[in-house]
Amino acid sequence: MNIHEYQAKELLKRYGVPVPLGKVVSTPQEARGAAVELGCRCVVKAQIHAGGRGKAGGVKLARDPADAEKKAAEILGKNLVTHQTGPEGRQVRKVLIEQGLNIDRELYLGMVLDRAQSRIAVICSSEGGVEIEEVAAKNPEKILKELIDPAVGLLPFQCRKLAFALGMPAESVGKLTAMMQALYRAFDECDCSLAEINPLVLTQEGQVIALDAKMNFDSNAFFRQKEILALRDLHEEDPREIEASKYDLSYISLDGNIACMVNGAGLAMATMDIIKLCGGEPANFLDVGGGRCDVLAQGVVDAARELKVNVPLVVRMQGTNVDIGKKILADSGLPIISAETMAEAAEKIVGAIKSKM
Amino acid sequence: MAVLVNQETRVLTQGITGATGQFHTRACKEYGTQMVAGVTPGKGGSSFDAIPIFDTVGRAVAETGANATVIYVPPPFAADAIMEAADAGLPLIICITEGIPVRDMVRVKEYLAARSSRLLGPNCPGVITPGECKIGIMPGHIHCPGNIGVVSRSGTLTYEAVDQLTRLGLGQSSCVGIGGDPVHGLEFVDVLELFNRDAATEAVVMIGEIGGSAEEEAAAWIKANMKKPVVGFIAGQTAPPGKRMGHAGAIISGGKGTAREKIEAMKQAGIRMATSPALIGRTLQEALGKS
Repeated sequence: MNIHEYQAKELLKRYGVPVPLGKVVSTPQEARGAAVELGCRCVVKAQIHAGGRGKAGGVKLARDPADAEKKAAEILGKNLVTHQTGPEGRQVRKVLIEQGLNIDRELYLGMVLDRAQSRIAVICSSEGGVEIEEVAAKNPEKILKELIDPAVGLLPFQCRKLAFALGMPAESVGKLTAMMQALYRAFDECDCSLAEINPLVLTQEGQVIALDAKMNFDSNAFFRQKEILALRDLHEEDPREIEASKYDLSYISLDGNIACMVNGAGLAMATMDIIKLCGGEPANFLDVGGGRCDVLAQGVVDAARELKVNVPLVVRMQGTNVDIGKKILADSGLPIISAETMAEAAEKIVGAIKSKM
Repeated sequence: MAVLVNQETRVLTQGITGATGQFHTRACKEYGTQMVAGVTPGKGGSSFDAIPIFDTVGRAVAETGANATVIYVPPPFAADAIMEAADAGLPLIICITEGIPVRDMVRVKEYLAARSSRLLGPNCPGVITPGECKIGIMPGHIHCPGNIGVVSRSGTLTYEAVDQLTRLGLGQSSCVGIGGDPVHGLEFVDVLELFNRDAATEAVVMIGEIGGSAEEEAAAWIKANMKKPVVGFIAGQTAPPGKRMGHAGAIISGGKGTAREKIEAMKQAGIRMATSPALIGRTLQEALGKS
């Protein structure tokens, strides 16, 4: 699960990560008020769950409160299209009004699971403000990494090692160390799956500040992270995925026209793959968990009757009580197309669509 | 011969009084597995289907000589259950539980590093040596004793592959599910190493999926060490980036962990790749020259 920049900053501030002064607002008038409170030039930042906001016109400088109101009016309500939103974009409902800083240097600081090592890695780069994947591709030598031992946490010497390698001035090394340790405490205690400060800025006054913040959370830990779960913004999610999540179903919306309902994640992915191989396009990923074939068949029959399904329906079952399941489908009198194997099921559904068109 | 488990394996169930634990303990026992003990804190002294239940893993091991454990404990308590099993010195720990937080598993891995236990999973179907021992949630009847080793990150897709093999008359030495979580115990490489040494295994089917780099690491190991034919399949060729495809570990992040990269690495290592999930059995048959 993702949260907004302003939420991430509020959370990180509580852990002692320095963030700029700022306020989140939802109208241009409130933006003017927030700018008056800040009493300086400020930045108006669109709050959506996607990167690339700056390039898409979602981040603007304002020289005074009147300008902040004008810039907020330009951004609020706008459909922002960035390389991460897809062509449909995301509507901006809130903007963050933040103090402008005198930036000396922009750096990158991130924490994420290193799967091969089964440990959290701190990742730093002197190339802040650009995507870390881009740096990794073009200048891999500019990426610095330290692995965190979960028994002792992120140690000061590891932070110093990174800070000196980044070329931080000696008087700012302690500040960066404190920020890194605070970020790790937040990461660990909140069950983060990703925490990114990009850019982390060194100001001309020698301060180390998180200018942007992105946090993702491990949904498996929500049983103990009620406060984090409350930060979820349903506006940022696909309505079908929200509906599925109410029933604890693993569902992902896709662009195609063949809906898939499968038992098991691996088999669900493989089903999408074989549909594509047969020349079709999957409309979704859906893992409905395990179950007996007879129960499944009865469910399909009941649902097809209730919803009056009017598109071709191909069913392929394998497993416990498969013969009873097949009989339920055959006896239903519904135009359900039965298939023996995965390949046959994929060919039949793709064929059925083609003959309809 | 087989890998990890055989007819000598004595199995303990952690979480034996829950619905899942009961259902699968019974199914494994019916398959012929020696289910010797159960653990549920507070239920010690009782029994389930004539299997004695203990309060602690240590007690259960001391009383019954269990040498493997299978865990069905709910996610909030599963990491603790794994560590209790390791503390009791059980050589093989199989964790079926899906939904354990990554933070817990990072700590579990650290705890296990200093101990001798092997962990399989979590979020896996378990392991079966057909005709001898089934530990986990896979349907026993689709398997058949033979010489093909199967190792996979997925559950139901593995059953599909096993079903194809059995229908083609290709029995299995052992089928090992390593699980779909980003932090887990045995890796592809560990299981491949076991199959490589196992006299009963003639060829291996390896089923991977998007996310992480375990398949690439396995491919490099296979290229350098594997003496037996390996056939592969990667699920998720049509998966969009940044979305978790059911399994916590099945996610393409930062453009890394795509099916294409994995397939390429595996082909480079000389692994014969099934182009379709429906052709896994057939591809293995070809690799063995039996088509």
